[in-house]
Amino acid sequence: MITLSHYLFLAGILFAIAVAGIFLNRKNVIVLLMCIELMLLAVNFNFVAFSRFLGNLDGQIFVFFILTVAAAEAAIGLAILVVLFRERRSINVDDLDVMKG
Amino acid sequence: MNQVLTWAELAPASAEIFLLAAACAVLLVDLALSDRYRWVTYVLSIVALAGAAVLTSRYGVGERTVTLFGHYVADPMGTVLKLVNYAVVAVVMLYSRDYLDRRGLFKGEYFVLALFAVIGINVMISAGSLLSMYLGIEILSLALYAMVAFDRDNGIAAESAMKYFVLGAIASGTLLYGISIVYGITGTFRLDWLANGLTRANVHNIGLLFGLAFIVVGVAFKFGAVPFHMWIPDVYHGAPTSVTLFIGSAPKIASFALTMRVLAEGLGGMTEAWQDMLVVLSVLSMGLGNVIAIAQTNIKRMLAYSTISHVGFILLGILAGTVEGYQAAMFYTLTYVIMATGSFGVILLLSRQGFEADELQDFKGLNQRSPWFAFVMLLLMFGTAGVPPMVGFWAKVQVISAVLNIGMTWLAVAAVFFSVIGAFYYLRVVKLMYFDATEDKAAIEASAGFRLVLSANALLVLALGLMPGWLLEVCASVIPG
Repeated sequence: MITLSHYLFLAGILFAIAVAGIFLNRKNVIVLLMCIELMLLAVNFNFVAFSRFLGNLDGQIFVFFILTVAAAEAAIGLAILVVLFRERRSINVDDLDVMKG
Repeated sequence: MNQVLTWAELAPASAEIFLLAAACAVLLVDLALSDRYRWVTYVLSIVALAGAAVLTSRYGVGERTVTLFGHYVADPMGTVLKLVNYAVVAVVMLYSRDYLDRRGLFKGEYFVLALFAVIGINVMISAGSLLSMYLGIEILSLALYAMVAFDRDNGIAAESAMKYFVLGAIASGTLLYGISIVYGITGTFRLDWLANGLTRANVHNIGLLFGLAFIVVGVAFKFGAVPFHMWIPDVYHGAPTSVTLFIGSAPKIASFALTMRVLAEGLGGMTEAWQDMLVVLSVLSMGLGNVIAIAQTNIKRMLAYSTISHVGFILLGILAGTVEGYQAAMFYTLTYVIMATGSFGVILLLSRQGFEADELQDFKGLNQRSPWFAFVMLLLMFGTAGVPPMVGFWAKVQVISAVLNIGMTWLAVAAVFFSVIGAFYYLRVVKLMYFDATEDKAAIEASAGFRLVLSANALLVLALGLMPGWLLEVCASVIPG
């Protein structure tokens, strides 16, 4: 029997993987974008699980909004990435260090 | 629940509906314009803000009204914050015009994105549920990410946009995770139901505290409080100055509204729990912001750290958890926004073709070049430092007396101590302007309108400082006990 805590545990692990991915990754900005998506999907997992076990549809409605926003966010993120690549000829995270102080 | 929307229910949101339509219309009109007629976009954007201001005051509510199935709240506090929001953004557009024009950035995007950001701020101010709060945050943030990157040939701007985007997305993710936990435990997104549910439920529920911690982290990220401040210096520094001006002004109103709606209204039953978290954020922000600002040579970066320290002061008022504290935080936010708009305005004023005026050195001997604008900057710097009789002084007095009244004397002492440290770097700018000589003898190029509004902005800082009672009364009347 899969209970609510199983879902929450899975979502928690996914969320932690996403956060770890963002902070450990030193190679590629695209991986950062993937981690951000994973983070939002982990949250969606939480919402759907809670919604199902509370018998309350609000959580699933929220998921639709998150998915829409995630799509818009990915579009903007990739657009910024394109601008960055044109200027730097690189999408290496370590190259994002012109400003310091 | 009545499932049919009537005009009476839509009327409080008419300003947002109008702004959305106006922003789309401006976007379409801009497409058809040649570069010679680009000023039409600028004028239309200001007209859109004026129209929204008329609607907001026309349909302003005398008391708290919850509409659109609980997702939208109109109250007197929201009306005041929105009107200030329109005014600040209109002034920001006016300040930005010359700067953008000289850099070939006078494009419709800047104005349309600014209008969308205004809608986001309005939605955050009027959020009645965690869902509309989240959507407001995203409408604002997505517009800001694009604005930072919109100077496409500027590698530094692209880098700061990327940093802003990644950290902003982490903040949204964290906030959402917290919202999902709170939803799971209480079963609702509506802030008013949440507030009622919490008074009955056990507020020491460990799951709820867990969710609250994530929400506070998300709020702190959006506010830029230490230790979630990493994006502020880089974004302020890297973005075109007119965008820095935008980010440094109106979105602070939104952050204040976010904190008020979510923490003070929705999770007001858990004041004790979030008070401790905010104390840590506030002390760290005031300390780190003021100390690191001293080491900066770039004035945009210095003002970024100064923003961080001011966020600490705003949080000081909110963490008091009393009506007096909320009023003080609102007063602080409004006056800070006025001063920040002016300070970045001076940087824009001094910039020329191919010259940014964003280093502290560029302010050397300003008094010889233009005694009046040296005085304007002096008023703004004294105001931000909190030197009486400027309004910044009263703002600090208000928040500090709010924490004194809840018995946190050590926190008040820390606040005073850090604001004394902070005074150093503001006064350094004044010293550079008045006591150092400069080779730069170039005249200031700016339109008459810019000069006039910037002067009025600085004099407002002085006038409100001499007569703070009026604004204090407004804050007191819109956040009643």
